[in-house]
Amino acid sequence: MVSSKTATTEQPKKEPLIGYVHSIETFGSVDGPGIRYVAFLQGCHMRCQYCHNPDTWKLNVGDQMTTDEILEDAQKYRAFWGKTGGITVSGGESLVQIDFILELFEKAKALDISTCLDTSGQPFTREQPFFDKFERLMAVTDISLVDIKHINSAEHKKLTQYGNENILDMIQYMAAHHDDMWIRHVLVPERTDDDKYLAELGDYIAKIPNDVVQKVEVLPYHTLGVKKYHEMKIKYRLEGIESPTPDRVANAEKLLRTADYTGYKKWMPLPKL
Amino acid sequence: MITVDKTETPKAWKGFKGGHWQEEINIRDFIQNNFTQYNGDESFLVGPTAATKTLNDKVLALKKAEREAGGVLDADTSVVSTITSHAPGYIDKDLEKIVGLQTDKPLKRAFMPFGGIRMADDALKSYGYELDPEQDKIFTEYRKTHNQGVFDVYTPDMRKARHEKIITGLPDAYARGRIIPDLPRVAVYGIDRLMEDKANDFAHIGDGELTDDVIRLREEVQDQYKALKDMKEMAATYGYDISRPAETAQEAVQWMYFGYLAAIKTQNGAAMSVGRIDTTMDIYIQRDLDAGIITEDQAQEIIDQFVMKLRMVRFIRTEEYNSLFSGDPIWATLSMCGLGVDGQHHVTKTAFRILKTLDNMGAAPEPNITILWSDRLPEDFKRYATEVSIDSSTIQYENDDLMRVQWGTDYYGIACCVSAQPVADGIQYFGARANLAKAILYAINGGRDEITGDQVGPAYEPITSEYIDYDEFMEKFSKQMDWLADTYVNSLNAIHYMHDKYYYEAAEMALKDTNLDRTFATGISGLSHAADSVSAIKYGHVKIIRDERGIAVNFEVDNDFPRYGNNDDRVDNIAKGLVKELYSKMNTHHLYRGAKLSTSVLTITSNVVYGKNTGTTPNGRQKGEPFSPGANPAYGAEKSGALASLLSTAKLPYRYATDGISNTFGVTPNTLGHDMESRKNTLVNMLDGYFENDGMHLNINVFNKDTLIDAQKHPEEYPTLTVRVSGYCVYFADLTKEQQDDVISRTFFDKM
Repeated sequence: MVSSKTATTEQPKKEPLIGYVHSIETFGSVDGPGIRYVAFLQGCHMRCQYCHNPDTWKLNVGDQMTTDEILEDAQKYRAFWGKTGGITVSGGESLVQIDFILELFEKAKALDISTCLDTSGQPFTREQPFFDKFERLMAVTDISLVDIKHINSAEHKKLTQYGNENILDMIQYMAAHHDDMWIRHVLVPERTDDDKYLAELGDYIAKIPNDVVQKVEVLPYHTLGVKKYHEMKIKYRLEGIESPTPDRVANAEKLLRTADYTGYKKWMPLPKL
Repeated sequence: MITVDKTETPKAWKGFKGGHWQEEINIRDFIQNNFTQYNGDESFLVGPTAATKTLNDKVLALKKAEREAGGVLDADTSVVSTITSHAPGYIDKDLEKIVGLQTDKPLKRAFMPFGGIRMADDALKSYGYELDPEQDKIFTEYRKTHNQGVFDVYTPDMRKARHEKIITGLPDAYARGRIIPDLPRVAVYGIDRLMEDKANDFAHIGDGELTDDVIRLREEVQDQYKALKDMKEMAATYGYDISRPAETAQEAVQWMYFGYLAAIKTQNGAAMSVGRIDTTMDIYIQRDLDAGIITEDQAQEIIDQFVMKLRMVRFIRTEEYNSLFSGDPIWATLSMCGLGVDGQHHVTKTAFRILKTLDNMGAAPEPNITILWSDRLPEDFKRYATEVSIDSSTIQYENDDLMRVQWGTDYYGIACCVSAQPVADGIQYFGARANLAKAILYAINGGRDEITGDQVGPAYEPITSEYIDYDEFMEKFSKQMDWLADTYVNSLNAIHYMHDKYYYEAAEMALKDTNLDRTFATGISGLSHAADSVSAIKYGHVKIIRDERGIAVNFEVDNDFPRYGNNDDRVDNIAKGLVKELYSKMNTHHLYRGAKLSTSVLTITSNVVYGKNTGTTPNGRQKGEPFSPGANPAYGAEKSGALASLLSTAKLPYRYATDGISNTFGVTPNTLGHDMESRKNTLVNMLDGYFENDGMHLNINVFNKDTLIDAQKHPEEYPTLTVRVSGYCVYFADLTKEQQDDVISRTFFDKM
């Protein structure tokens, strides 16, 4: 847990924005390109059956931090970032606190820190005021990690309690604006490991311009989150489901054509604004 | 004075660029004038030759037999090991490009009584061998040993501190080691030239008064001279004339190995470093390659077979010793790369070839491959090294930018696990470590040992209140540290006096300058627990639970307190302050032979034994639980991820702890990235970042916890699974059950 003390803001009249932070990971190496300082924000509306962090669901709880506090702490790790690393905001669902992320990323880019947004897209809408903020956010986001839980909206709803129309719409927005992304898909036996849907998802991704999708990853479901459910006394709906076999992971990778997306090997963040 | 007729270059030096090195013994100058940087990738590397494969299979079979025989395959019980004591030994004479064994048979352990006859006897007994009674008599009645000398002069206080394990692992019963011989001297100059040089030095020692110092040095140089002569004789039994300089790459490596063999035939040091020979080897290999004398296959064969020999070095140890330094380590440390003071990196093709041995012959703990890292090393090399780390977990990395400046030379090597030493003119007196976590308990208990109840430290009044008052504690802690510093340093003064007298390292010293800079090494164990305990007392409001003896045996902490390992200055500064304070207290003392004090924060595997002998500490560590290794944070203290933890360690001041600050980093492959490219990138960036922040040393282990658990259950399926522990590398199967458990439970940075 971070314990920063200073909370100065450059505009004394304006109250500093407060973010609700679940935790900080200084050594994020699978949360975007390079080594990244990851702020896991608190709060998510979806209730994915396989979520391994149910402790991040609740809104408006957790450590309260300002964007300056996060950036001050993050910059201690600058020497580890090399040419590709930087900060990542994850969740919970990061976009739930879009005002906070927007301020954070704007300040980060001004400091020449690479920014990465990890999102499932659930809060996305073209309605205002969200959409305007989102457009501004995309302008200061170097790359997004977009999690497509399921390509079929009805199945998506079963899995997460929400349909996927607005999520796919967000991806289309990013594609149209050439906003770089990694696409990720969690492979859960009996839930998302279905050849038909995987092929459909593969086709969907293939239609996105290939200079946008830098990497496609299949993330095998694991059972490490179960303990938290027991501790929090929440019913776990995947009881008895094991991690997918290496064969099934390879099959999913084939259907999603992950090998075709190699932009990540040469990817570099945008230069300073 | 020696003058060289420059009109006639000796044949051995043909093709080399001349310099000071021709007129004086100066390997650094030879390297600077002749090495070839390599900026490419690993694609030029080749696999093992048929001969190497056959030999390696034989060595692996011997090692298997050794393990099945309970750890020792064969042992001498009557022939005292000297440079010339044994007839030549071979694995398979016709196939060996580099020859020479410690005894007449592979893996047969030599009898080395000069450190202490009782220890030699105990070691033999514990493996079922019987010491020759005649030798027993000689070394008991007629010839005093180092161990006897030390115990003759130890004060009661020192014996007690040792017995109660507040000071542990002192080199008073075995060789102190850690003297790096400048092996390239043998290849570049040949023994005759080195003897001439020593004779010249000898002639000038004692021009003035024959004081104790002068007499001692004259005797030592005589011993060195004789050792050089013996090296020639030993090499001759293998059919080589090393009186002259080496003429080919094979000879150069063979010559250097003979120098090393002389060291390991005469000394059973805890660490028997090989030093820094990568660039010299490369200069000879490159010359032969350029002249078309050898091919890349032959070049790799020479390196493979040299490394194979380093994998076979053995000493016979007592059980007590093995519990401290598990897995038969000998720290044949090979340090390589780094930068020159001119800013040019020293990565050669041979640095790649040395790493390639791990692929050609499988992973192994020795030699202890140490990469002297700088962000200016070429990118392709960095990536190859990290790939080897990910595959084998056998490499350690040390901060060249930090050490080059501290030691004022680019020609230094790693003397043991972690400690730097100028190769030409520096030595270190190894000094084990003091238990700082125990000292905290002594402060609370008025100098009484929390386990035995004995009065060990000075009997100042213990803390008698229910809750510990921080100021009162610090005052008492300071006094216990005064005593500890005093007892510790003086024990070491006794040890090094006797070691020079009864177990002088003539062979290694013969391959160094006559006039030396000396460092007096000390060490700290339990730093993380000591720092967290002080933090608990300062911030956490600590209540003492006492037993019927009135000794504090448990603690209750009311509030959360900052813990070392989270990049939190409040407690990291405590850790830093403890290192400086103990150093400063030790530095008030007289140090043997004008040595300069250094200290270390590294523990090898002894963190388990130290922990076993230490009661519950105020930070919540329970009695008997292992300490965290080296300078690592306490288990479970880290809450902000690996980098926060590394930056806490990086704050410890190297200027005080010039003997080394060790961090052992365990990580699962998936935490580094989901593919090999990302994993390599992560490690390269991590090393660059850690060292840019003045981190000193990093062991990198990459494997899954499950693998280790499985390897504990089925050791036969993982014969070459190698793990890095504080400053060295061991076969996992060779660790004790307790140490295996410790490695398994150790912080693994893992990502869901």
